[in-house]
Formats: sequence, C-alpha cells, structure tokens
Amino acid sequence: MYRVRLFSVRHARSLEWLYKRLENLMVALDPLFARIGYDRIEVPMAVVERGVKGLLFDCRMCGQCVLSSTGMSCPMNCPKQLRNGPCGGVRPGGYCEVKPWMKCVWCEAWEGSTRMQGGAKIHEVLPPVDRSLEGSSAWLRVSREKAGKLRESKDAARTAVAVAYPGARDNEPSSAPLAPEPPSAVNRMARR
Amino acid sequence: MIPDNDLPPLIDPFAEPPPGHVAGSRLERVLRAGKFAVTAELNPPDSANPEDVYDAARPLGEVVDAINSTDASGANCHMSSIGICSLLTRVGYGTVYQISCRDRNRIAIQGDVLGAAAMGVRNVLCLTGDGVGAGDQPGARPVFDFDSVSLLRAIRTMRDQGMFLSGRKITRPPRMFLGAAENPCNQPYQWRPDRLAKKIEAGADFIQTNYVYDMPLFEKFMARVRDMGLDEKVFILVGVGPIASAKAARWMRSNVPGIHIPDHVIDRVEKAPKQGEEGKRICIELIQQIREIKGVAGVHVMAYRREHLVSEIILESGVLKGRAATAGRRRHPQREE
Repeated sequence: MYRVRLFSVRHARSLEWLYKRLENLMVALDPLFARIGYDRIEVPMAVVERGVKGLLFDCRMCGQCVLSSTGMSCPMNCPKQLRNGPCGGVRPGGYCEVKPWMKCVWCEAWEGSTRMQGGAKIHEVLPPVDRSLEGSSAWLRVSREKAGKLRESKDAARTAVAVAYPGARDNEPSSAPLAPEPPSAVNRMARR
Repeated sequence: MIPDNDLPPLIDPFAEPPPGHVAGSRLERVLRAGKFAVTAELNPPDSANPEDVYDAARPLGEVVDAINSTDASGANCHMSSIGICSLLTRVGYGTVYQISCRDRNRIAIQGDVLGAAAMGVRNVLCLTGDGVGAGDQPGARPVFDFDSVSLLRAIRTMRDQGMFLSGRKITRPPRMFLGAAENPCNQPYQWRPDRLAKKIEAGADFIQTNYVYDMPLFEKFMARVRDMGLDEKVFILVGVGPIASAKAARWMRSNVPGIHIPDHVIDRVEKAPKQGEEGKRICIELIQQIREIKGVAGVHVMAYRREHLVSEIILESGVLKGRAATAGRRRHPQREE
C-alpha cells in the first residue's frame, strides 16, 4: 500500500534496526536451515516474506532485496525499476515521471537514507537484477551468503557480477549472490 | 588544435589510445588536452536513406568535437543510434553512441557495444531513457534491464576487464570513452551531485547534462560538485539549446520529461519581436556564462529542429577560440579508394 510504503521510509531508522536484528537471526539460523534443506524451506519462507514486505514496502519479491541501501524505499516500485536512481525525469515536488501521482521512489530513497545509520550505503553502485531469482526469498539468500562467506563461485556469471559490483555485494549480499541456489529458488516466476 | 595527421584512421577499433587515454577518441583527446570541448546532438531521420544522416551531420561536423546520435529520445522511434554512428564513422566523423536502457536488455546492449566499437565508435553515452509513455508508441513494453549507472559499470567491465557480465572473455575489448548524463536543474537538487558521484564511481569519464537554462541553480550544483572534487574526476559538458518560441518552450516544459526552463527566460523570448532570434541569443549568452564556471569542460548543444543554428551559435559564442573542431568529416564513401 502506497501510504504504508511512505510510512516505512519515514521510519527508515527503526526499520533498519529491525532489519539488522532479523539479518543476524537469519544468519544464526543457517545451520538449521542447512539441516532442513534450503530447498525445502524456500517456498514457505517466500510466502512469509511476501506477506511482511508486501505490507511494509509494496515488495515485488525480486529476490535480491537492497532495502538497506535504498532508504527502505523499494526500488522495484520505480516504473523503470532503477537500482541506482533517481532518473532525470523527476517532476516538480519530487513526483514520478511515469506515474505523476506517486512520489518518486528514489527521492524517497535518498530521503530515507539520511535517517539511517548505514545510510551511506546508497552511494554504492548496485548491479542489475537477476530476473531468474524473482519470486524467491531474499532473506534465505542473505543467510546463505553471509553464513557461507563465499568469495568466489563456480558459476562464472555470478563471479563476474560480484567482481563488477564489489561494494554492492559487501552491503547487500543478495544483490550479487555467489552461493549455489537451491532448485526451488530459481525461475519461480517462469514456473507459474 | 589537433593536427589532421594525428587523428586516428577512419575505422581502426584496435588502435592503441595515447598514454593516459582510455579510448583515444577525438573528444577524449580534446578534453584531456584541456581544451573547451563542443558536442552537438544530431536529430535522427525517419528514413532509411544514409544521405539524410550525412546531410544532418554536415553542418555539425565543422563546429563540434563529436556528434551525439540519440537513441529514440523521448521514446520516439527514429533511425537507430548504432546505425547512425556506423554511417558516420565510415566517413570519418567522431560520434557519441547514445544507449538508452529503455528498449534493450543486457544481452542486446553488450552485443551492440562490441558492434559499435568494431565500427570505430569510441564514445558512448549511457542513459536510463525516458518512459515509453512519453513517446509515439506508448503501448511498447519498457525494458529497463540495466539503469544508466549499472550500464556504465558493465561497459567499463567489458573495456577494462575484457569480459561480458556473464564472465565470458572478450578477445578484443571495446575501447570506449564512457559518458553519462546528469540533470542539474531538476529535482531532487540536493542529491544530484551525489548521483553524479555514483556515475563516476561506476565508470563515467565524461558527463553531458540535460538543458541548463537556470544559471543560479546550475552554479549551486557546480559549487557542490567542486566541493566534492568531482570536477577533477570527470569532464562535464553542459547541455544548452536554442528556444524556438515561448510556446514551444512551454510545451517542452510540460511534455518532455526532465526539462526545467524558468519563467523569466520564457518571458524574455515572448517579449522579443523575433522569438527565434532571441532564443538563439539566449543560448549564446548561456554558453558564454557556462564557459566561465570553474569545473566545466565543455558544452553540448541540443537544437531539436533548429540544427541550422548550431554552427552560428557555436561560432558566435567564441568557445572554439579559433581552434578547429575535430568531429570532422574526412572522406565521402563514394570517393573512398
């Protein structure tokens, strides 16, 4: 919901705090997730994530959540789906070029980042979205990435993106993941 | 001034750039030599006739250092940027290949960059692109796979690391002088310099801005840019253009995304007996003011449907200071041996 989304940006600082706790929890739970099997918990976790983030951020389940780098304003709500905005077409008053009734997602993002402790993350260049991960859980991806501390991958394409956008991977592990994906986390949208 | 025999051959994609240069294009040479550079936009024809491209380029080549070929600007369909650049490099023009992220995905764009480089294109301008709704075919599917910033980084990876974003090796990497746009007079003003910094971080070597008509706003932007030391890291070419009439300016302001023209500029045009003449005079004055601002490396003239004025504007503004422009045109295809 548009209003809740704006509320989330206004409260970027508390949400950042909450998100850090959640991230720590997810990373701590990695051994458990690994024992159950990431492939098995992918679907239920994605359902929970869609519900929570859908309410708070109008989340589109890109699977590569970068909210901590975008002032808690989800960049997938930008009609151009920019990962490094805003574009040059912002209307007077900070409204969207494509949807003039909507506040520019990226003006909100820069605004929100000023309220966050780690707000400087917005200065990092983010890679393009890997569309094959759409619909999957970004939370599980973060716990895999952070717990595993992988520095390189057998997958050349993943390594290339991580090398090309190194800062993004440090700030937002799910934006340039290296760990192998469980089968149920890939091409979910295509399977529908 | 760059002597003619110092220019790269017509199409030699593998020529080593001079030391300290990433691509060695004429635009890069002019900028790195500390000269005030001039570029201009070529309005692409709605035609398949190469002569239409040459006709549009002829008046520009004599007064600019590179000709920008727009990529369906305003989401309106015209001859493609890569087609125009290929035609122009064949006869010896220096070009800036504009890439908009609106119409093509990462597979198409990376392939086109190689194709353009093979055709001798050495400057590329990475743009996000206007939304499809602004153009003549609003029902088109918007792509936006990259944004301008991630695109810059992708092409820099191709150039410097010699690989695609898939990690696959490129045997002969493209030599490209990387450009990006910035819109200093558009909201959010306070974050524009920060986004510029991001573009430099992503790989931008030069910047061509959108239209600047609001000098106080632009000077504020440049002050921030200098404070952040960005003018030392990137060449900034400032966008200017002649206003055809007050009516046209008002139309542009409300229909073309990201254009800011202050009321006092439009009023001045409206009150003039010859509106077109006044628009041209304002453009010349703006260029002269912009030239004096510290940290500005050149101007970029965008004269939509006023191309015939470009050469007068540049010559009357005196920015070339007697030097010859380098975009040139050195051979006609028919006369090629």
